[in-house]
Amino acid sequence: MSYQDKYEMVCGVETHVELATKTKIFCGCTTEFGGEQNTHVCPVCLGLPGTLPVLNREAVNLAIKAGLALNCEIAEFTKFDRKNYFYPDLSKNYQTSQYDLPICKNGRLEIVVNGESKTIGITRAHMEEDAGKLVHSGESITTSDSSYVDYNRAGVPLLEIVSEPDMRTVDEVIAYLQELVQILDYAGVSDCKMEQGSVRFDVNVSLRPLGSRELGTRTEIKNLNSFTAVRRCLEYETERQAEVLNEGEKVIQETRTWDESQGVTLSLRTKEEAHDYRYFPEADLVPLKIDREWVERIRATLPELPAAKRERLKTLGLSVYEAGVLTSSKAMADYFDQVMQKYADAKIVANWIMGDLSALLKANNRSFEDCPVKPYQLADMLKLLKKGEISGKIAKTVLEEIYTSGKDPAVIVKEKGLVQISDQDALEKIITEVLVQNPKSVADYKGGKEKAFGFLVGQVMKATKGKANPELVNKILKEKL
Amino acid sequence: MKTIRKSLTELHTLLVNKEISSVELTGEYLDHISEFEPRIRAFITVTAEKALARAKKIDQKIAQGESIGPLAGIPMALKDNLCTEEVATTCASQMLRGFIPPYNATVAARLEAAGAVLVGKLNMDEFAMGSTTESSAIFLTANPWDLSRVPGGSSGGSAASVAAGEVPYSLGSDTGGSIRQPAAFCGVVGLKPTYGAVSRYGLVAFASSLDQVGPLTRTVRDNALVLNAIAGYDVLDSTSVPFNKPDYTHFLENNVKGLKIGVPKEFFEHGLKPEVAEVIQRAIKTYEQLGAEIEECSLPHMEYVLPAYHVISTAECSSNLARYDGVSYGYRAEAEEMIDMCETTRAKAFGPEVKRRMLFGTYALSSGNYEAYYVKAQKVRTLIKQDFAQALAKYHVLLSPTTPTVAYKIGEISEPVACYMGDVYTIPVNLAGLPAISIPAGFVDNMPVGLQLIGNYFAEGLLYRAAYAFEQNTGYYQEIPALLREAE
Ligand SMILES: [Zn+2]
Repeated sequence: MSYQDKYEMVCGVETHVELATKTKIFCGCTTEFGGEQNTHVCPVCLGLPGTLPVLNREAVNLAIKAGLALNCEIAEFTKFDRKNYFYPDLSKNYQTSQYDLPICKNGRLEIVVNGESKTIGITRAHMEEDAGKLVHSGESITTSDSSYVDYNRAGVPLLEIVSEPDMRTVDEVIAYLQELVQILDYAGVSDCKMEQGSVRFDVNVSLRPLGSRELGTRTEIKNLNSFTAVRRCLEYETERQAEVLNEGEKVIQETRTWDESQGVTLSLRTKEEAHDYRYFPEADLVPLKIDREWVERIRATLPELPAAKRERLKTLGLSVYEAGVLTSSKAMADYFDQVMQKYADAKIVANWIMGDLSALLKANNRSFEDCPVKPYQLADMLKLLKKGEISGKIAKTVLEEIYTSGKDPAVIVKEKGLVQISDQDALEKIITEVLVQNPKSVADYKGGKEKAFGFLVGQVMKATKGKANPELVNKILKEKL
Repeated sequence: MKTIRKSLTELHTLLVNKEISSVELTGEYLDHISEFEPRIRAFITVTAEKALARAKKIDQKIAQGESIGPLAGIPMALKDNLCTEEVATTCASQMLRGFIPPYNATVAARLEAAGAVLVGKLNMDEFAMGSTTESSAIFLTANPWDLSRVPGGSSGGSAASVAAGEVPYSLGSDTGGSIRQPAAFCGVVGLKPTYGAVSRYGLVAFASSLDQVGPLTRTVRDNALVLNAIAGYDVLDSTSVPFNKPDYTHFLENNVKGLKIGVPKEFFEHGLKPEVAEVIQRAIKTYEQLGAEIEECSLPHMEYVLPAYHVISTAECSSNLARYDGVSYGYRAEAEEMIDMCETTRAKAFGPEVKRRMLFGTYALSSGNYEAYYVKAQKVRTLIKQDFAQALAKYHVLLSPTTPTVAYKIGEISEPVACYMGDVYTIPVNLAGLPAISIPAGFVDNMPVGLQLIGNYFAEGLLYRAAYAFEQNTGYYQEIPALLREAE
């Protein structure tokens, strides 16, 4: 039995994304991932006595950009606040964040699930700094003799995007997250590298009896770092809550954590044990006035976003599926557009990108971000194909060759002698020879065995190392027979 | 000791004319410090070696005929909450014992750039919380005018060292009167600049929205010279203000004719000792004789100043001091568990006054209390700003006593609230972010009394003018503690 037989899920998500700035939000340290422990640090992000934060303007620019991409209102007046709690990975034992006046609020985005579209509200998005990372000498904090702190992450700018509790199924949640991450990726707000932890999710989930309009008691599951984790966690948590309710008990309002290895959520702290963060205004930073000119300047830099791009691709004659695949990452969509500028046949370009090129990248564990085949090279190859200078089969070989050597298709075709033989006289000569050498097949064909024709085509191809123009071969063969 | 009563200008002339070298001058001050420290105890750290090395460099410059600035080659000392690169910075707390900052506070860097010679770091109330320097975890500092009295606080070491002639000037910090009150108690000139006029970068924070660094000197001119060197916008401090910094010495004219001075009547209440009031009344007469226009005025919301200040300053301090947890610098208590380590560290290394304020601030910020305390205090702060804005629209400066009493006897003030009461005339200035100066105005029982002048935002120049005229026409700055007279 599934929880859905009796209950409806209500879910909202807080998404923490790392803003793609070069330096940290309040100091000049690099935000680069990795690096020796405690090498991307300075007195400011270490929270040494007397140091003061200086706001990185670029972080504000990106937060505004994210807000615009998510149809948010951008605050004219915003400020930072301190969120106070003690934890050794927090160098000042408070996190500089935004409380009552976030930079963005009242946004929304559209998701499509099973062909139905739905609007998900964005309550707010605010800027904050990341914390450092505890490194334990043993397996976990409880089994370790000692713990160390790596402050390389401390002060990396984050945007926390809080959704309305608008999602009713796990599929909706995943669709929301995919769309959100895609938008942020397109807008260039974040690298959205999940494997590096640059996106993290906290989900708030509750159940209510089908048909009920009241909200049930929710639990919050913190720090999920992939779509898969969100899906598995929600599938587990909804069933867990359903069991609690089915037994006539109450769900406890609490913060839980997702144990990936066991596939369960575990209680972290109850509402009574919740931190009192004692938020208050950050007096070391001045409030920020964002004039409308600033907002418009940022708006002008917004690229075409996924939804608009999908619509445009559909008008080019691509299917919903094709438009969806091609826009699944900004890099792939940009690649498509760049090829289209040189070779404007959407169907053919889409086929090659989604087919052979994607397969090549996948086999080599690469993405369109660093695709060795330049868009113009793919376009040039498609032109050769269209002109009949190479066959479709040869084209595949050429593509692979561009991929490995980086050479332009015309060079490869010339060097490897891959030009298609479209010379009527030359082909006639070869075909005559093939016919002479294969009298039995000729007889079979004339005796009505259609299959023999294919064999003869194959022999011509073999003789020309596949370079013969197939249409021409067909035509000449038929004439000669 | 022939230099201790000399002004910065005189010392500069001696250096430029090669009548004395910076090494000799620094040596004289270091000797004087050695002689007086057993009685005064203003210095937590004396940086003799570094100072002499630095003085040598300045001497080389002078020898090479390079022109030097007005502070070059002249010794000075900094309150021990101003970070100094490679020189211990303790905030007079066990918590920061052994902490050696890898960077200079902006004011320290600016003085260094001006050629100043740092001779040491000065005692203070622990983390600048207190008004007597008695909350220092290191030792007590004595008032040079009467060794059985406190120098005031929290910049007690800064005021005592200047009054004792151990340095020609020092820097202090002022959150609720911490420069002006010890300046008054020790008979020196202390300026709290406009909030945002001097960078707070490298000043170990007590209350971020109130803290400001300023100079303590023997004379008004010296004060202006030091402010020239330290004031001005700093990219490292977002709350510092880009403004056109004048040469403050240009304001020093012995003329207050037509100057409109408001005397807020509320600053003559709240336990003002009659003898102190008398001194201030005489000062008012002096100004009248000099041609200033004096009028009584009112700042109606002053009665809410103390509670508002204590809510805001303790709220900010509870958060600012959260970082001292034994994790990456300073004192660390040994414990089995990580959280225990943090808790024990804080329990052991903070003194009672600091703990009291952090507890109060934490309480004021807690959910359920925030609106009633913090939000209300901010509203009061707005009202106080408005009071001042109205008064300063009418008067060039406001005049008041700096403190209700002269310096307390050591141990006299045991009740914290009584101590807070002593700051009642200085605190409103911090809440409003205005500049104010305390200058010597006379004596009660041989103990100095301070006169406070409050000006409009960035009107330090006008304050200096008003202070200079008074100083030149009264000459109290020429009085020195008996202790020093003996030494001469
Ligand atoms: Zn840093």
